[in-house]
Amino acid sequence: MSMPNNPDNYGLRLVTRYVVLTVIAIIFAFPLVFMIMSSLKPDQQLLADTSSLKAFLPVGDISFQNYENAFSRVPVGLFVFNSMLVTSVTVVLSLFVCSLSGFSFAYLKWRGRDLLFSIILATFIIPFETIAIPMLLITSKLPWIGLDGFSIGWLNTYRVQIVPFIADGLTIFLFVQYFKDLPVELIEAARVEGTTWWQIYRLIVIPLSGPVLATAAILKFLVMYNQYLWPMIVVQQEEYRPVMVGLQYFFQTFTKGGIAWGEIMAYLSMITVPVLAFYLYIQRAFIASVAATGVKG
Amino acid sequence: MAEIKLRDVHKSFGKVEVIKGVNIEIKDGEFVVIVGPSGCGKSTLLRMIAGLEDITQGTLEIDGVCMNDRQPKDRGIAMVFQTYAIFPHMTVRENVAFGLTINKIDKATRDLKVDEAARILQMENLLDRRPSELSGGQRQRVAIGRAIVRNPKVFLFDEPLSNLDASLRMDMRMEIGKLHQSLNASMIYVTHDQVEAMTLADKIVVLNDGKVMQSGSPMELYKEPANMFVASFLGAPSMNFINVEVHDINEENVTVYNPTLSPIKVPHKGRDISKKSQAILGLRPQYLRLVEPSDGILNGKVILTERLGAETIVEILLKDGKRVIAAISEDQILSNGKEIGLQFNPKQVHLFSSEDSKFLSENRK
Repeated sequence: MSMPNNPDNYGLRLVTRYVVLTVIAIIFAFPLVFMIMSSLKPDQQLLADTSSLKAFLPVGDISFQNYENAFSRVPVGLFVFNSMLVTSVTVVLSLFVCSLSGFSFAYLKWRGRDLLFSIILATFIIPFETIAIPMLLITSKLPWIGLDGFSIGWLNTYRVQIVPFIADGLTIFLFVQYFKDLPVELIEAARVEGTTWWQIYRLIVIPLSGPVLATAAILKFLVMYNQYLWPMIVVQQEEYRPVMVGLQYFFQTFTKGGIAWGEIMAYLSMITVPVLAFYLYIQRAFIASVAATGVKG
Repeated sequence: MAEIKLRDVHKSFGKVEVIKGVNIEIKDGEFVVIVGPSGCGKSTLLRMIAGLEDITQGTLEIDGVCMNDRQPKDRGIAMVFQTYAIFPHMTVRENVAFGLTINKIDKATRDLKVDEAARILQMENLLDRRPSELSGGQRQRVAIGRAIVRNPKVFLFDEPLSNLDASLRMDMRMEIGKLHQSLNASMIYVTHDQVEAMTLADKIVVLNDGKVMQSGSPMELYKEPANMFVASFLGAPSMNFINVEVHDINEENVTVYNPTLSPIKVPHKGRDISKKSQAILGLRPQYLRLVEPSDGILNGKVILTERLGAETIVEILLKDGKRVIAAISEDQILSNGKEIGLQFNPKQVHLFSSEDSKFLSENRK
């Protein structure tokens, strides 16, 4: 950015910029604030407050009663735990597997590489709904050797929610594009120094891939945390149920006694917090990695 | 230290042949500069020596061992890249020690070698910094340091100074020259900059279109260029070329002339040459002297003057519409359009065949 010619003008522009940013921030924060505040209020007050600014303020009869009630209806804690387990394991495995295959597509020469990459790109256009039933048929017959011995069929497990989503075309594509943009001389310099390909991946490429790791992690996290259709199909037992299916289950408990909005807001607050926390963490990591690896020309 | 031999080396990318049968021999401890215009294949050739590109045909030997199928790490080479290629997420110390760490050299030896390299390159105070905190010249030192610590048989430099500004480039050029003297290692250096080639090399290899045009000591190439390409590539400003006709031949001299050039006798050596045949006269700008029009072998008028302080570059339009450039070793003020004569010593000119642009007469030293 060039230096401002007129300091007054510069100050005015700065103020305008911050006012605009603040307004946008408030617009985005409103629903979240409303959700959290409402979750702390009894239904009667909650509905009365919606006609005024009180809806966004912690005023009146504030308590955690809604949370207690929500817990008594369904095991929210278990649902959040299930989702976090499935999501985090998938994200970690996905980053590893997709970055390795991206590395191979970007740097190694092997027969059929370009054809296979085209096929992987082509998987973008297949909607999940079209392959859900075939996937159900396959996973219901897959064998498994675990601590409790040999078994057939993956339904009602964590692994059926994790394994099919580890590798995906978009994540591999992200890694390939990023790796191709890294200066090839870094890889060549490392090769001349005597590294193996594994060492190049581990010591050179991955430490320089903070931005793409963060991007891929956020995208995968959101997809996995919001999983609904697939766990609906493959998980019937409460033990393995994730939050989004749990939400549907939670709604069903209201059919007889009317809807308790405060409890719904409490449930939604509990399932939103992990996403926000992860997003904020990754955002910090993202900025740190860009600062650490920034290559000046 | 090592001897390197390239024998009839070819390289093709698909159907495009970029290196077309190159033969080069590099003696132990020799500093060889491969020079040529952009796209002539010089970087590809260096990468083939490094093992970063396959050799399509021919052999590469280092110390008598064929290296064609060896991995880069097994060739005993170290390479310095144009873009430095230092790892941005490591400190200078980690960068310099990278090859040693990879090869599991113990920490004490590693530190010793890194400190020694830092001392040679005068960068002891930079060891704990990150590359983003370094200037271009400092980064290039780090890249050279990384090469030094591994004690390679051969150093490869791929246009290492191209990204530096002019004054830094001169400093680093001198540093590299000193480094060669102190390490006495074989070095192969690729550049398109003829000043780097002339100042650093024990031997220059001029490459054009994937073929070696000429190789030899810098002065040999400057004074006895084998063809018009080498003659025009080395020396700044470029050599002037004037079409002439052979008027007379005897054992000692060839007399040439053209309508704007009074007949001159140039020494006759080399290939057969026949009367009335066409030839090309090569005149280095530095060997031209400005005289009164009546005394000039060539006459014309000044169209442009560039005053560089210690030297003046004058562009002169000859009567037949051709332009020649003269480099005068003093500051001169000449008005545009001024009629002027040019003198030169016929013994300092070069004569090329107009058929294949090869050298016809040899320069007397």
